[in-house]
Amino acid sequence: MSEYLLQIENERLSFFTPAGEVKALNNVSLHLNDGEVLGIVGESGSGKSVTAYSLMGLTAHPGKLVGGTLDFNGHRINDMSEREMRKMRGNEVAIIFQDPMTSLNPVYSIGNQIEEVILLHTDKNRKEAHARARELLELVGINEPEKRLKQYPHELSGGMRQRVMIAIALSCEPKLLIADEPTTALDVTIQAQILELMMELKEKLGMAIIMITHDLGIVASICERIAVMYGGRIIEYGTADEIFYEPKHEYTKGLLRSIPRLDAEEKERLVPIEGTPIDLLNPPAGCPFAPRCDSCMKICLHQMPPAMEFSETHYAHCWLNQKQAMEGAATNA
Amino acid sequence: MHEKLVEVEHLKQYFPAGGFGKNRRYIKAVDDVSFYIHKGETLGLVGESGCGKTTTGRSLLRLYEPTAGKITYDGKVIFQKEEGGARIAESMTPYRKKMHIVFQDPYASLDPRMTVGDIVGEPIDIHNLAKDKKERYDRIIELLRQVGLNSEHANRYPHEFSGGQRQRVGIARALAVSPEFIVCDEPVSALDVSIQAQVINMFEDLQQKLGLTYLFIAHDLSVVKHISNRIGVMYLGNMVELADSFELTAHCMHPYTQSLISAIPIADPKVARSSKRIVLEGDVPSPLNPPSGCRFRTRCPYADEQCACERPAWKEVKAGHYAACHHLDKCN
Repeated sequence: MSEYLLQIENERLSFFTPAGEVKALNNVSLHLNDGEVLGIVGESGSGKSVTAYSLMGLTAHPGKLVGGTLDFNGHRINDMSEREMRKMRGNEVAIIFQDPMTSLNPVYSIGNQIEEVILLHTDKNRKEAHARARELLELVGINEPEKRLKQYPHELSGGMRQRVMIAIALSCEPKLLIADEPTTALDVTIQAQILELMMELKEKLGMAIIMITHDLGIVASICERIAVMYGGRIIEYGTADEIFYEPKHEYTKGLLRSIPRLDAEEKERLVPIEGTPIDLLNPPAGCPFAPRCDSCMKICLHQMPPAMEFSETHYAHCWLNQKQAMEGAATNA
Repeated sequence: MHEKLVEVEHLKQYFPAGGFGKNRRYIKAVDDVSFYIHKGETLGLVGESGCGKTTTGRSLLRLYEPTAGKITYDGKVIFQKEEGGARIAESMTPYRKKMHIVFQDPYASLDPRMTVGDIVGEPIDIHNLAKDKKERYDRIIELLRQVGLNSEHANRYPHEFSGGQRQRVGIARALAVSPEFIVCDEPVSALDVSIQAQVINMFEDLQQKLGLTYLFIAHDLSVVKHISNRIGVMYLGNMVELADSFELTAHCMHPYTQSLISAIPIADPKVARSSKRIVLEGDVPSPLNPPSGCRFRTRCPYADEQCACERPAWKEVKAGHYAACHHLDKCN
């Protein structure tokens, strides 16, 4: 099997809707080492959440894995039964959802919800589970844990609820934590607290994190590697420095130009990406970004560019780079 | 240019929250806020959720009846009320043509059963701005073009549009009465980054072309800084700092503004790794039971006894730079 903690090869996933096949993921490949932080950025509908959910077998009907292989921690996820999957979820890989207001069950106490996971995945008894839940709340920086365990989600603020979600996710010390826009629903000062906490816990527990977000600021500050998704494909992949300082794909460049920066010294006009994201029901034949791209060429419209490598860690799917990539390959050889 | 178009003095907006008679409790959503906006400028309002920025915008338009305060528009007092005192309130009808609002959620603020043409045409009908059907139709098409949509969009329904396009419809509706002043209440926060830039640029173009004045409300300080001439920062119903946008981001004085700015992740890995965050402890207190004295004191690293008993005064520290804090010298 693979040497990586997580390896996805050419994953294809579609939703079979009455209106036709929606190709949510097209040949997505990525890998992750132990203890690494990968950021997945992209607009809504670019497939970033679907990629992560499919890892946990959470693809909802009518979605279906059409091709590719997913290997995680010695398992081939494609072949796993629902029973095996249930064992893995929460135990080896855990997820934090975007909205802490709706992802906790309002009719159970916080303690009940944390203990449930522990009882399910370990052979601890109720008493031990309770002690562990207490410990977890302390770990995520919630004061008066004994009191909080008895409270219900509505009694806690948004930031607190997200901390509880993190506590639940960490209860079995997973090797991989998927964070799906964990701070989008929170205020900036609370966001800073949660990000700080996640990085601290990563150091302490040594888990890998996949951070899904649309905020380039967040990936810049915490991620080592970044995958940029557009139209169900990873169109560029590289280290944080490579993506921010040497972007190769026109979409990545456009994205970086279109955000206002707080530390700008003078007022500059934003350069938006014109047009709207593609319709995945009828994706264009070539590069998904071609209809919005300023430097679109004939070939872009009918042929998907292959991955062009610039370094061991950096590749992009864009025809404009063909010449440069070939030169790079020649010098490497 | 340096004429005040809108001026708000000591605006208070309380909402009742349970209890009877003497025990009646109030949420002080906006508590004593004063600011003015020059003709043709953009004033940005930032703050966390629940700080009262949206309420300020709405009370200003008198979509809510303010509890107390004075609102002046173009030199004319349109509302004045002191707590327990006499009340002056102009009829808003003529002003509805001059001041308008663009709402946050482009999914909820458009009637799903009306065509886009009718949505944009509604203000025209209400204010009798068109003589006949032809003129009304032409005006609608002109408005749609102005916001980057075209004539065939007039017969469609909101669900056929993407978020960015819907927000454009909302803006066209606000422009229908040819207003001078628009309150933009988080107009881009529901949009994707690449679309956000399109809409921001459109706001800027329209301002130049039509000479509009904006009150731009958002929680994203980078966006607000980009579009505004001056920025006001709110915390729990109070204005804590107000200054020119470059001055505010470079030389902020209030401890809350400082932590707010440091908490925003910057999209540049090298800067992000080297910058130090001031992480605030705890959560925003409930506005039902706000802390005494300075409202920020429960989370402020500089707070002392004075902050607990005395509310800091709103003073001009430098030309055009206002702040409300007892310890400005300590935190700078």
